[in-house]
Amino acid sequence: MPYIANTDADRQEMLKTIGCSSFEEMWKLAQVNAPAPSLSDLPHGLSEYEVVNRLKKLAGKNASQLVNFLGAGYYDHLIPAAVSEVTSRSEFYTAYTPYQPEASQGTLQAIYEYQSVICRLTAMPVANASLYDGGTALFEAMMMAVRITKRRQAVISEAVSPIFRKMIQCYSGNLDIELIEVPAGVDDSAQTALLKAVTDQTACVIVQYPNVFGTIEDWSAFVDKIHAGKALAICSTYPIALALLKPPGEMNFDIVTGEGQSMGIPLSFGGPYLGFMAVQEKHMRKMPGRICGRTVDLEGRDGFVLTLQTREQHIRRENAMSNICSNESLCAISALVYLCCMGKQGLIDVAELCAAKAVFAREQLLAIKGVEPVGGEAFFNEFVVRLPGDAAEIVGKMIDKGFAPGFPLGRYYSDRKDQLLVAVTEKRTREEIKALANALEAVLWN
Amino acid sequence: MELIFAKSREGRRGSSLPKADVPERNAIPKNIKRKNPAGMPEVTEQDVMRHFTLLSRKNMGVDTNFYPLGSCTMKYNPKFHERIATLPGFADLHPLLPQLRHGGALTQGALAVIYEAQTILSHLLGFADFTMQPLAGAHGELTGVMLIAAYHKARKDSQRKVMLIPDAAHGTNPASAAVAGLSTQEIMTDSEGNVDLEDLKRHLGPNVAGLMLTCPSTLGLFDKHVKEVCDLVHQAGGLTYCDGANLNAIIGRVRPGDLGFDVMHVNLHKTFSTPHGAGGPGSGPVGVAECLVPYLPVSRIRKREDGTYALEYTYSDSIGYIAPFYGNFAIILRAYAYMLTLGSEGFKRVSENAVLSANYMRKKLAPYFDQKCDRTCMHECVFSATRQVAKGVHALDIAKALIDRGYHPPTIYFPLIVPEALMIEPTETESKETLDAFIDAMIDIAKMTDVNPEEILKCPVTTPVRRMDETRAARNPMLADVG
Repeated sequence: MPYIANTDADRQEMLKTIGCSSFEEMWKLAQVNAPAPSLSDLPHGLSEYEVVNRLKKLAGKNASQLVNFLGAGYYDHLIPAAVSEVTSRSEFYTAYTPYQPEASQGTLQAIYEYQSVICRLTAMPVANASLYDGGTALFEAMMMAVRITKRRQAVISEAVSPIFRKMIQCYSGNLDIELIEVPAGVDDSAQTALLKAVTDQTACVIVQYPNVFGTIEDWSAFVDKIHAGKALAICSTYPIALALLKPPGEMNFDIVTGEGQSMGIPLSFGGPYLGFMAVQEKHMRKMPGRICGRTVDLEGRDGFVLTLQTREQHIRRENAMSNICSNESLCAISALVYLCCMGKQGLIDVAELCAAKAVFAREQLLAIKGVEPVGGEAFFNEFVVRLPGDAAEIVGKMIDKGFAPGFPLGRYYSDRKDQLLVAVTEKRTREEIKALANALEAVLWN
Repeated sequence: MELIFAKSREGRRGSSLPKADVPERNAIPKNIKRKNPAGMPEVTEQDVMRHFTLLSRKNMGVDTNFYPLGSCTMKYNPKFHERIATLPGFADLHPLLPQLRHGGALTQGALAVIYEAQTILSHLLGFADFTMQPLAGAHGELTGVMLIAAYHKARKDSQRKVMLIPDAAHGTNPASAAVAGLSTQEIMTDSEGNVDLEDLKRHLGPNVAGLMLTCPSTLGLFDKHVKEVCDLVHQAGGLTYCDGANLNAIIGRVRPGDLGFDVMHVNLHKTFSTPHGAGGPGSGPVGVAECLVPYLPVSRIRKREDGTYALEYTYSDSIGYIAPFYGNFAIILRAYAYMLTLGSEGFKRVSENAVLSANYMRKKLAPYFDQKCDRTCMHECVFSATRQVAKGVHALDIAKALIDRGYHPPTIYFPLIVPEALMIEPTETESKETLDAFIDAMIDIAKMTDVNPEEILKCPVTTPVRRMDETRAARNPMLADVG
């Protein structure tokens, strides 16, 4: 059923109105002269019931029921039902970009509120209306720094998500940009090494907080040193962690980005997610993406519009700040509703549960013979342990016991094949954590 | 309406959390602890629901109003798609699971969805392969241009740095080319709305990487020279990119791959009925001819002989990672459900009916509004409000008058080569009665413009706010309430 409204009688009348006796004649008049293709390779159409059944069957073939200690930037947090209730309002999800403000105040005010909560969370003054994901947001931040400084070199820590770095490498492939990746030390975030890599041609230094190994550290003094060389400091961050951590804005970062999936957006096998970006006020007009602003109507009533549009592709074309058009609006609304439901104390409570359970989980794991700590003692909800063997192989055995026990870092770091990155969210119970430790001990020593 | 922050009262809660079942401590050093809590509103769940429900009512959407926004294909979004996306087997699936067990054994169902969707798209559009990874239309454009650049680079033909783009193109085309590191040159459109072949020939040369062409064009017209255009670009050593924003006009009727295009993006949120989400998320899969297959992004999904699916990363010529994972999976899933519903018979009916509706609208409105090109159109019709401008009524004013009459306006002031453009795309899911009522509203506005233009200039008056002071918004930006 192709969801077509008109009946055969309607069609005949409409064809007559346009002076055609058939669709073939219509195509001919429209100068479509190519022969129609045979689509016999495609399956026949199915009913709703049949499609649902087929997809339920496919959904059942996925191991979504594993007890999840897998994170690496994408986390299994609780999502209040109110989030999907709001985003299921079809006044939101069947609308498009709010080009007509009088017919889109709902979207516009929600986006303005979203920008506001992102600013409050990061302690930054300005945020945009969303980007695709954490990786594209970080690339956009780097290009923004290139535009602002008119320099072509970017220094990036290897403690930044390897997925984000691979994306940035891909996008930079055909650009005149020199990417300098600075190795992350085993125990330290390599602030010294990063500073050493900075030259008078450096546009920006890119770090992650907490970093991909879960480690947290104060970047304030570091950012000051970057600024002394007239480069920009860029931070990719984890929003839930910011409930407890000194926000990047208080460390004077120029641009703060991140993956917003943890704020009420399901994991959904990789998307849709949410890239957020907040910047210092002086960089506002160089920021990519849509921005919603507050103004008044001709009767003086408060309202909202898309603003600073002269930065964007539909006006500036090849000179635009970015090529982005559709962004992740509905995911931004999810994040906003999530943060509103959590509220000031709820967000802290979630983060404290994560942090406490992570400490507990680390103790439980380190109590196992042969499991050793890696890296510093300062972390939020994710940490690295060294296993007595190949972590990927051990993970395979843990899956058979019903656990996704973490991410084997050897997939991206050849010198970390025995290391496991473990994430703990508020969803994991004491029993699950103990069961994880028991299962790991059994896998290692039985 | 007041901001959600204004409803905040100290101590109010909107969520319940599990009690701590482990000792309450953390591993956060004092010097990096947050001193002032982030200023999230303190509201109840009911406050949240009422606030956002009321906000939603200040929106027009496809479910509430006819939304003929040209080039955006605002067709109906089937509801069971939304349910499918919430199945735990999909919604709770961590994207790194495939890396935990070789070849994606833990996620065979999800990989099947992606593989089958890309296979259907390849058949439907005439391409050798598809990547489902691009996260939106413009992201697909960027991917496509990067593939073209990689192709020339691999052939040691690196001086090809210029992308040719017709003057009628969406702004994303030149912007995407620029983000991919190419420069752009504009090609003129001829009086019939086709690519000006002479102008194209003048621009073709050894520095041309390719041509980006929207097919059918942003004028809502099918370029009868499209094969010749592709041939000319190929003869000059360039590749051809098809912007699929207007695919709804030809889906099931013409395969862009057959026309000679080497690469194309598809907007799943347009042609394949996934919701537009108030501005996204979209999804912009990219199809390629054989010559570009080696450069496709990783990961790629392969179907093994035993019918299982494998994720593969080792392609030495690949441009690399354009997305963190496999694309906007939950959007691909909805589009796949749509493809299964339509099947081999459905797609052609979509384009037939979409084109019929646009031509019906064009015929009925032609006596009242000017057209740049007076010929049978595809899925959208483009008018110019030049006749109304003589009375002081602009395209923007017509748009606002339509809002008062219960319609989301068409796209206005685009394409740029049509002065005072009104671009109307009805889509196949809207009935003749809906089209007739909209046509009556347009005629009413045209007539009122003749006798009483001031009434039009006042519009809208029925909306929560009237015309907004956009100059003030840009001059004195108020972009957040930071508390």
